[in-house]
Amino acid sequence: MGHIKLTNVKKSFGAVDVIHDINLEIMDGEFVVFVGPSGCGKSTLLRMIAGLDRPTSGELAIDGKVVNTVPAADRGLAMVFQSYALYPHMSVRQNLAFGLENTRMPKDEIAARIAEAARMLEIEPYLDRRPGQLSGGQRQRVAIGRAIVRRPVAFLLDEPLSNLDAELRGSTRAELAALHARLAATMIYVTHDQVEAMTLADRIVVLRAGRIEQVGTPLELYNRPANRFVAGFIGSPHMNFLEGTVESMHATRAIATLAGGHRLEVPVGSATVTKGARIALGVRPHHIALGGGEASIPAKIRLVESLGAETVLHADVAGQKVLVVAPGQHDLEPGADIGLSLSAAPIHVFDDKGLRLDHAL
Amino acid sequence: MRMDESGRSGLSQIAMMPIHFLMGVLDAPLRWLQRATGINGMAAFFLLPNMMIFGVFVLLPFFINFAYSMTGGTALFLPDRSFVGADQYARLFDCGSYIDPGSCAEDTFWTAVRNTGWFVVLQVTLMILVSLVTALILNRELMARSFWRAVFFFPVLLSPVVVGLIWKWILQRQGLLNFGLYSLGFDPHVWLNDRNWSFAATIGVSIWAHMGFYTLILLAGLQAIPKDLYEAAEMDGTRPARAFWRITLPLLMPNLLVVVVLVLIRAVQIFDEVYVLTGGGPGTSTLYLTQYIYETGFAAQLRNPGLAAAASILMGAVLVVLTLLQLGLGRSEKKGGRK
Amino acid sequence: MSRIVRFLTRRRGGKGWHWTDIVTWTWLVGGLLIMFGPAVWLVGSSFKSPAALAEFPPTILPYVTQKVTVEGYDKPLDLYEATLEDGSTVVLAEVRRIGVMSQMVDPAKPGEIIKVNIAKRTPVREMSFATENYTEPFTHFDFVRYLWNSVFVTVTATLITLVVNSMAAFALSKYEFRGRTVAMLLILATLMVPLSVIMVPLYSIVSALGLFNSLWGVILPTVATPTGVFILRQYMLTIPDELVDAARMDKASEWQIYWRIILPLTAPALAVLAIFSVVWRWNDFLWPLIVLSRKELYTLQVGLSIYSGELNVQWHFILAMTVVTMIPVVLVFIFLQRFITTGIAGTGLK
Repeated sequence: MGHIKLTNVKKSFGAVDVIHDINLEIMDGEFVVFVGPSGCGKSTLLRMIAGLDRPTSGELAIDGKVVNTVPAADRGLAMVFQSYALYPHMSVRQNLAFGLENTRMPKDEIAARIAEAARMLEIEPYLDRRPGQLSGGQRQRVAIGRAIVRRPVAFLLDEPLSNLDAELRGSTRAELAALHARLAATMIYVTHDQVEAMTLADRIVVLRAGRIEQVGTPLELYNRPANRFVAGFIGSPHMNFLEGTVESMHATRAIATLAGGHRLEVPVGSATVTKGARIALGVRPHHIALGGGEASIPAKIRLVESLGAETVLHADVAGQKVLVVAPGQHDLEPGADIGLSLSAAPIHVFDDKGLRLDHAL
Repeated sequence: MRMDESGRSGLSQIAMMPIHFLMGVLDAPLRWLQRATGINGMAAFFLLPNMMIFGVFVLLPFFINFAYSMTGGTALFLPDRSFVGADQYARLFDCGSYIDPGSCAEDTFWTAVRNTGWFVVLQVTLMILVSLVTALILNRELMARSFWRAVFFFPVLLSPVVVGLIWKWILQRQGLLNFGLYSLGFDPHVWLNDRNWSFAATIGVSIWAHMGFYTLILLAGLQAIPKDLYEAAEMDGTRPARAFWRITLPLLMPNLLVVVVLVLIRAVQIFDEVYVLTGGGPGTSTLYLTQYIYETGFAAQLRNPGLAAAASILMGAVLVVLTLLQLGLGRSEKKGGRK
Repeated sequence: MSRIVRFLTRRRGGKGWHWTDIVTWTWLVGGLLIMFGPAVWLVGSSFKSPAALAEFPPTILPYVTQKVTVEGYDKPLDLYEATLEDGSTVVLAEVRRIGVMSQMVDPAKPGEIIKVNIAKRTPVREMSFATENYTEPFTHFDFVRYLWNSVFVTVTATLITLVVNSMAAFALSKYEFRGRTVAMLLILATLMVPLSVIMVPLYSIVSALGLFNSLWGVILPTVATPTGVFILRQYMLTIPDELVDAARMDKASEWQIYWRIILPLTAPALAVLAIFSVVWRWNDFLWPLIVLSRKELYTLQVGLSIYSGELNVQWHFILAMTVVTMIPVVLVFIFLQRFITTGIAGTGLK
């Protein structure tokens, strides 16, 4: 039971609006990730769901019940803080028990729950240590454990991996996914790291400046980004954008001229595009092929980064920077002229406002 | 704390010129000294002025204090004084009953000890309570917090003499307090002529004067507690009282211990503002240890430096115990693994 | 106006008022009155004439009875508002009082004496600031002398404190030598030896050095403060040792390293110590009281306490001099309050 619904939720601090009119429904058992650059309001949104901040207007419902005025403790949620927020003067066991003692739960029940969580998270050896004596990864597990013992209807996780080093982050990510599968509880996860979002989420909510840019499964966002912002934010390395103008229209396709004069046929769906309109073509670095041929775009190499399995090329197309990730090893020198082929690449077309042109499809 | 760049140019530069000149002149002989002593030898040179002053005005008096306490007579200089062994201590401890100062040979000493004891117990308790409550209040989500902090801190900088005079003026017969009572329909009272009120006044005034300082230390401790601990507690449904006892108080404990010991040490030595406010009176009702030592050693008709020294060594012993207590507590706190 | 009230009473997250908010504001407003009230009352009182000071109940603001010079009388006469037998009120000047009757004249018609029952007259009062409370101590008493002594002690002691303590801190933070720990411990141990414990032997030493009844006898014992060495050393430890090594590579002498490199970089800590030292020395009382027995050497604090302890206290002068004594500290408070509070919070010293 962890169905959360936000209707027209707004939040302002004084005169500053940080959340504009959010509508969102999170299903029971779903793993939803809020992702966006810092300051986009994702943490504020999470804190409002938690009950630590109150929405300025709008309605927040958990399992069909409006909880706007319900105190944080009574919403049945548990939160994992970015800093873990473990009580430094209590042992791990006391940290886990503290919240349960507040509800006057019987002692043996508390002990049973702690034992279960400790086993699940493999923190049994540290139960009598204090947080200061644990490593970052161990503290992180304790923080999750403190949420688990509460048996919440939903877990709220605020950038829980950001204080771990890269290697630990990868393994903990996998454990979190396994934990979600095992507990089958709703989880709302806030991060600014799109890799975490892609790997963990059932659905991703991309936020920018207090507004939802797009909601969808990771692959939906990757394959059909709704706008230039999402297209640029999801995927690594970032998508290339080539500026161009519409030459002519043929049903769902258009002929576009790039800045360098190269012409290209692109899909525009049912959108109405007028001749001469400025558009941007988005192509992911992995989808660009190297090679000559008539249809290829002439480019000049600026920098070559050989990673062994693949080669990252920084190229220049008529003054626009283009990044190409080519599989395998290539013997290329900076300054060399090459051709880039987009024939096999999915091309995302955005209008001058940054909206996807075939979005209607 | 950054230096104002514009302040360095112009006037201040001219003002600094003689100092730069002096420092430059000193450089040549000191280079010669450095050649003679080596680089590490210069450490001794830098340490010397401080150590000399420190040795003459702190260490030396500290040691000859013991010698003084074993001599008698009214002579000032040690060589002129006669050795009496432990007589001064014996005199201090010569009592029929330690509970009744009247039965002691040196009854004012025991009166001072008893007064100081009561003063310490009451003043320290109240001071801690008042400072803690104020710090907790200032730590709340508050409009203009730095203004309110300044309000409570203001008397800390005032000199004890000024503090004493301010309150002497308020507590006198035609003072503000009597005016207030009179307006409310009560009879005026000459507070500082009353033994009990006078004693209470010394406690109240010393709290008024110093509470801002301790509030500040406690507030710094409170602000060092991460806010998200309270948010986690809120998510866990912790009631405010339980959050105070289980989170705030344990995490504030290091600062609280420092404050307790500081307040204790200062309370034992209380003198300045009380001397101006009550002069130890009426009678001996607000006579505290430091004033006893001062009067026995300097102000009395028949001054007795040996007796004063003996009493000051007893007081020093109490202070050493309290300071060691602080160091010990500080160390065990560090061992606890935090910071 | 209502916007201001709303602004002042708004609560975090728009939550309503809670009983703790009432406690908070009661405590704060009560604190404001108790903390500032006495000092404000002192300043207000310092502008009252001796007669106004002796009044009970006292007035908040300084008032005096208006006087008028009437033809035919040498001295100015007090003005009263008197109710005559016919019920009318007139302003009259009192010539003399006999029993319950007062003989009064109308300033406009000085010839005619009017008799009024003293219960039927009230003095005509005007606000008047007795600035002579401030000016007279400067001209008739040694007040200027005390002020000068205090300034001299404060400035000299602070300068010596800064130089001597920064040199010691430099030695203790940037050199490795045998006995460094011992020196550090010795200095810290001084914290356990307050003045009240060693005043008898210290007095004999100061006398033996010929410093009794000398301002230097007040200054010297105070300048080697352990707290000063401590905060300067803590600050200097944060200056990288590479800087000292780099200066040595540049052929700087140790003395140059001290005053050209370390001292300028320690400026913030020096400033904190300077402020504290000024406040400490300005406020010192017990030690000057012991060392200074000649009137012309008194510092402000000693002079004030001696005058206020006299049998016939001239409160109007004492109050005014107390206000003057407060001024430097209040200035420090107003301009450097934030600086000091962060200093205390950071180091825990006073």
